[in-house]
Amino acid sequence: MNDDTQPAAVRARGIVKSFGAGDTQVTVLKGIDLDIHLGELLLLVGESGGGKTTLLSAIAGILDIDDGDIDVLGVPLSALPPGKRTRFRGQTMGFIYQQFNLLPALTAAENVAVPLFIQKIGRPEALRRARAMLDRVGLGDRVDFLPRNLSGGQQQRVAIARALVNEPRLLICDEPTTALDGPNGQKIMELLREVGRSPDRCVIVVTHDSRIFHFGDRMANLTDGRITNIERIQQEGTV
Amino acid sequence: MNYVALKMLFGDRAKYLMLLCGLTFAVMLIVQQGAIFWGLMMWSQASISNLNVPIWITDPGIAQVDEVKPLADTAVDRVRSVDGVEWAVPLYKGLLRARLANGEYHQITLTGLESATLIGRPAEVLEGRFEDILQPDAVVIDQWAMERMGGPTVITVGTIFELNDKLARVVAIAKTQKSFTNIPVVYTTYERAVRYVPRERRTLSYVLAKAKDDVPAADVIQRIRTQTGLGAFTEEDFGWKTILWVLKNTGIGINFGTTILLGFIVGMAIAGQTFYLFTVENLRQFGALKAMGASTCTLARMILLQAFTVGLTGYGVGIGLATVFGYLTASGGGLPFVETWQLLLLVLVALLVICTFSALISIIKLARLEPAIVFR
Ligand SMILES: Nc1ncnc2c1ncn2[C@@H]1O[C@H](COP(=O)(O)OP(=O)(O)OP(=O)(O)O)[C@@H](O)[C@H]1O
Ligand SMILES: [Mg+2]
Repeated sequence: MNDDTQPAAVRARGIVKSFGAGDTQVTVLKGIDLDIHLGELLLLVGESGGGKTTLLSAIAGILDIDDGDIDVLGVPLSALPPGKRTRFRGQTMGFIYQQFNLLPALTAAENVAVPLFIQKIGRPEALRRARAMLDRVGLGDRVDFLPRNLSGGQQQRVAIARALVNEPRLLICDEPTTALDGPNGQKIMELLREVGRSPDRCVIVVTHDSRIFHFGDRMANLTDGRITNIERIQQEGTV
Repeated sequence: MNYVALKMLFGDRAKYLMLLCGLTFAVMLIVQQGAIFWGLMMWSQASISNLNVPIWITDPGIAQVDEVKPLADTAVDRVRSVDGVEWAVPLYKGLLRARLANGEYHQITLTGLESATLIGRPAEVLEGRFEDILQPDAVVIDQWAMERMGGPTVITVGTIFELNDKLARVVAIAKTQKSFTNIPVVYTTYERAVRYVPRERRTLSYVLAKAKDDVPAADVIQRIRTQTGLGAFTEEDFGWKTILWVLKNTGIGINFGTTILLGFIVGMAIAGQTFYLFTVENLRQFGALKAMGASTCTLARMILLQAFTVGLTGYGVGIGLATVFGYLTASGGGLPFVETWQLLLLVLVALLVICTFSALISIIKLARLEPAIVFR
């Protein structure tokens, strides 16, 4: 059930991906069709090992698929040569990983500024924007801390700030709240929903955490390598 | 991103120090061995460089300086008569036994210099006056002779000993470059040297000469060769001839050469390996950067920057340590240790090559890296 009033930011058709070869070959994605629209936050749920992370990697263009087509913001990923695809990813996508993947040698602010460094934005400007973003995720007083001196939840918030600092149009999140306690998780999801609600952006979140289901606009269920159903989530307390 | 690369490098202090230690050790190993090897080679031709004269005239079949093939006495005059020769003097060089007052015997190299000019005399004298060599029975010994024959309490200025049953009285101690064989050197005049040694048909060992200032030495050497039929070499060429002979005919070439080569390979392998491990450990971080849109080219630049930074630092520290080592061990002249700029340049180039090489391997690994690993 697609919301046809919104254009599709991500359009995936017939995605197939297997790992291994011969007897040990496992087909993880068996023909996925999925649209993500601008202005929405899509939740992706499913059993562990079901292929959620694999699907995210495919959408991000960091994993080659065996069959199918993925368009992101109207650009067919498979048509882009690797270098262009990398640049496209840097310009349009932000990532929040299951593991935080912060650079241990960089301070919180420097970590957040990395996507801006990659875009060749000058250090002072990049750090200024990084600090502002850390402020928004509630870490304004931790900008000069190294990751090892931050709690797991704080590290994840740094990772989230890093994913947002570039104002990506597509935000890809793999279990962003797993390492956070309830209130912190809610806070982060509010932030992600705010991003998702912007008319020219969208967010896809993989999660197991039922406490945050109500932040999604739609929820897609990935079972046995296929999207079995997509349901619209009733928003409590919203118009 | 250069900033990020350097922070990654220096950020993990322990890992950086490990890396630096590996490279420093490698550089030190190579420089130290190379310098000792080169020092040994310098020693092997010390009896040429110690005399410090521009042209050596030898038997045409000469192999190396310590294997004297005597010339006819007329050779000096024949060389003098060659066009472009400013001066030519005889030199005696031969092995002899010295008997000290305490009854000990020592093999020595007797060096006889022409008495009128004393050409070939050592530049520095530690004790006494070299000119006193002209006094009756006077000889000058070098500091290694003093050391080898028992030290200053046994032999010093004023000591009398016997050379072939004839009296010799030490009047000065000269400072010379230690030689490979470390046989004590005793200086005397040419005329007296001939009297110390048992009567032989030929006593002239070498003719030392110098070309006139306005004539190229190479021309004069060529002329000496054709007109006298003798061998003639510049000091440098004769030195090289001797070094090559030592390399070829003694175990040093093969043994030390293998050691150095091994040191070189081991050192370079350590350097490459440590740096490679460093990038492998950082692979996940690089993967995250790649996922965030850093191009392979950017990552390659970062890795090269890291490699050269740590490589050059390791080079500097390694050379520094090797030099300190050399200074400590060689200051007394006990060990040969000669760091030439050629050696340092060679090590630098080799190190940069190995750093680039291991960086390239890491870069290839990175280029193939699926950034999807960071999701797992
Ligand atoms: N590079 C790979 N090589 C081989 N098998 C892989 C690879 N990546 C993923 N798989 C397999 O694909 C399947 C799906 O993995 P994936 O990580 O996508 O699951 P997931 O739904 O994200 O699970 P979780 O909820 O536990 O994170 C798993 O069985 C996994 O073993
Ligand atoms: Mg997963």
